[in-house]
Amino acid sequence: MGSIGLVTPQQMHFSEPLPLKSGAALADYALVFETYGTLNADKSNAVLVCHALNASHHVAGRHEDGSTGWWDNLVGPGKPLDTERFFVIGVNNPGSCFGSTGPTHLNPATGNPYGADFPVVTVEDWVDAQVRLVHRLGIEQLAAVVGGSLGGMQALDWTLRHPTLLRHCVAVATAPNLSAQNIAFNEVARRAIVTDPDFHGGHYLAQATLPKRGLRVARMIGHITYLSDDAMEAKFGRELKALDGRLGYTTQDIEFQIESYLRHQGDKFSEYFDANTYLLITRALDYFDPALAHGGSLARAFATARQNRFLLVSFTTDWRFSPARSREIVKALVDNRIDVSYAEIEAPHGHDAFLLDDPRYHAVMRAYFDRIGEQR
Amino acid sequence: MSERKDLELIAELVPAGSRVLDLGCGNGELLAWLQQHKSCTGYGIELADANVHACVKRGVNVIQLNLEEGLALFDDASFDVVLQVDTLQHLRNTERMLRETARVGRIGIVSFPNFAHWPNRLHVLTGRMPVTRALPYQWHDTPNIRVGTFADFEVLAGSCGLQVTDSFGLQAGRVVRRWPNLLASVAVFRFEQR
Repeated sequence: MGSIGLVTPQQMHFSEPLPLKSGAALADYALVFETYGTLNADKSNAVLVCHALNASHHVAGRHEDGSTGWWDNLVGPGKPLDTERFFVIGVNNPGSCFGSTGPTHLNPATGNPYGADFPVVTVEDWVDAQVRLVHRLGIEQLAAVVGGSLGGMQALDWTLRHPTLLRHCVAVATAPNLSAQNIAFNEVARRAIVTDPDFHGGHYLAQATLPKRGLRVARMIGHITYLSDDAMEAKFGRELKALDGRLGYTTQDIEFQIESYLRHQGDKFSEYFDANTYLLITRALDYFDPALAHGGSLARAFATARQNRFLLVSFTTDWRFSPARSREIVKALVDNRIDVSYAEIEAPHGHDAFLLDDPRYHAVMRAYFDRIGEQR
Repeated sequence: MSERKDLELIAELVPAGSRVLDLGCGNGELLAWLQQHKSCTGYGIELADANVHACVKRGVNVIQLNLEEGLALFDDASFDVVLQVDTLQHLRNTERMLRETARVGRIGIVSFPNFAHWPNRLHVLTGRMPVTRALPYQWHDTPNIRVGTFADFEVLAGSCGLQVTDSFGLQAGRVVRRWPNLLASVAVFRFEQR
């Protein structure tokens, strides 16, 4: 199994405004994307990969600055999603801070950065933007749409609103909507950002500052929920920062390794992530609820997807997107007599497991993609 | 006992074009056969990772689920046929699973090792638990936590309100309709809810 090697992001500009679920529209925007592998003659081997909260179009391979794609262990030559067989597309969603039009870009209406004026985007809006990109690439039907977590929601939405444009949906560690607890975590993160004195109502760029303190705390909260209690215990336990094992009896300095780790994660994140993007993406998570328009019936929502085939995967220790939530989706699919396979992987890592290369998880993914490849 | 011939004899009980739920579907062999030869559709339920992988690999719909947790995922009468091939004896709650099978499917088909097969009786007569091809495990190290007989199942089916529409034994790849409780290592029942 090799790596794709050096990859260069591409950009596509769209002058036709994108109508958004909120009623607003995104005018004159660009999407950044990457592709791996070769599109075959009948254009039937394309797979779209949707990203989650803090990821991007950089799915696999490495950039000149050395950064490796976020799903490089899954996507590449000879890997479960084999780029020698499939043409894989990674796309950055609008509202992001990794290249596609987002809050850090200039608002053509004002000439200043969008900041808080960037329109609220939803999972559905992202999928509509992806549909346009795929169409522009000359692809009439995707072999599959794949995503984990928030990316999984996008993969599901493809089958709900554009079922003829894909054959397979692979949704990993995802949910049919967020629970109250999940929305609560998002809200704490958002409040941390919004109440940072450097936030300036979202127009911090105009003030030449960044609400880094808020972002740090938001990331710390998020990070806790991506790990399982067991994984955290195994990695840190009550290990102290001080090598001599002595307590400092301080309320503000770091005593435990877990504190050091979380602060480090928060610091790192606040250096590269945009606060408005964090607000937008957590809101998109909150809003996703395909059953809502069908009287709360997820089964009725999936009635559109009868021609699609599904693979769903969850992880036993994922308490943020628990197996029970994936089973709700499985039930809705079974109620519609839709082809679905579902693997519940016993993994200790919590929600983060979907990014790791657990052999059972990757074996199921490989087997499923191999079937997709053979069916062509 | 999941030998090819036995599987085919059980598969023959499934009407063509049926929507099938296979509880404990193993590597998906039976479902794949039913898809190919009888145009059946449906899902397998499996707990073991290796079997889930094998099913996905051969293109059989599989749902990873612990049967001990019941069949809440499936609505009443949502399948034409619910299969329990070589699964019953591994489940703690045999009766509940049987009722669930009848609830979810129009037809239930169950097969399991027949403890009253004569070689087993001989083993017990000599004072030892049987170790045979159909029951290959030592008593202290067996996944078969519910061992019953052909005759026992008839009683249980009756008490669960199930109507047995066909039953026979399987022995060495052949159907046994005469004295199956004595002469067959495997019991097969087809039933419906009364």
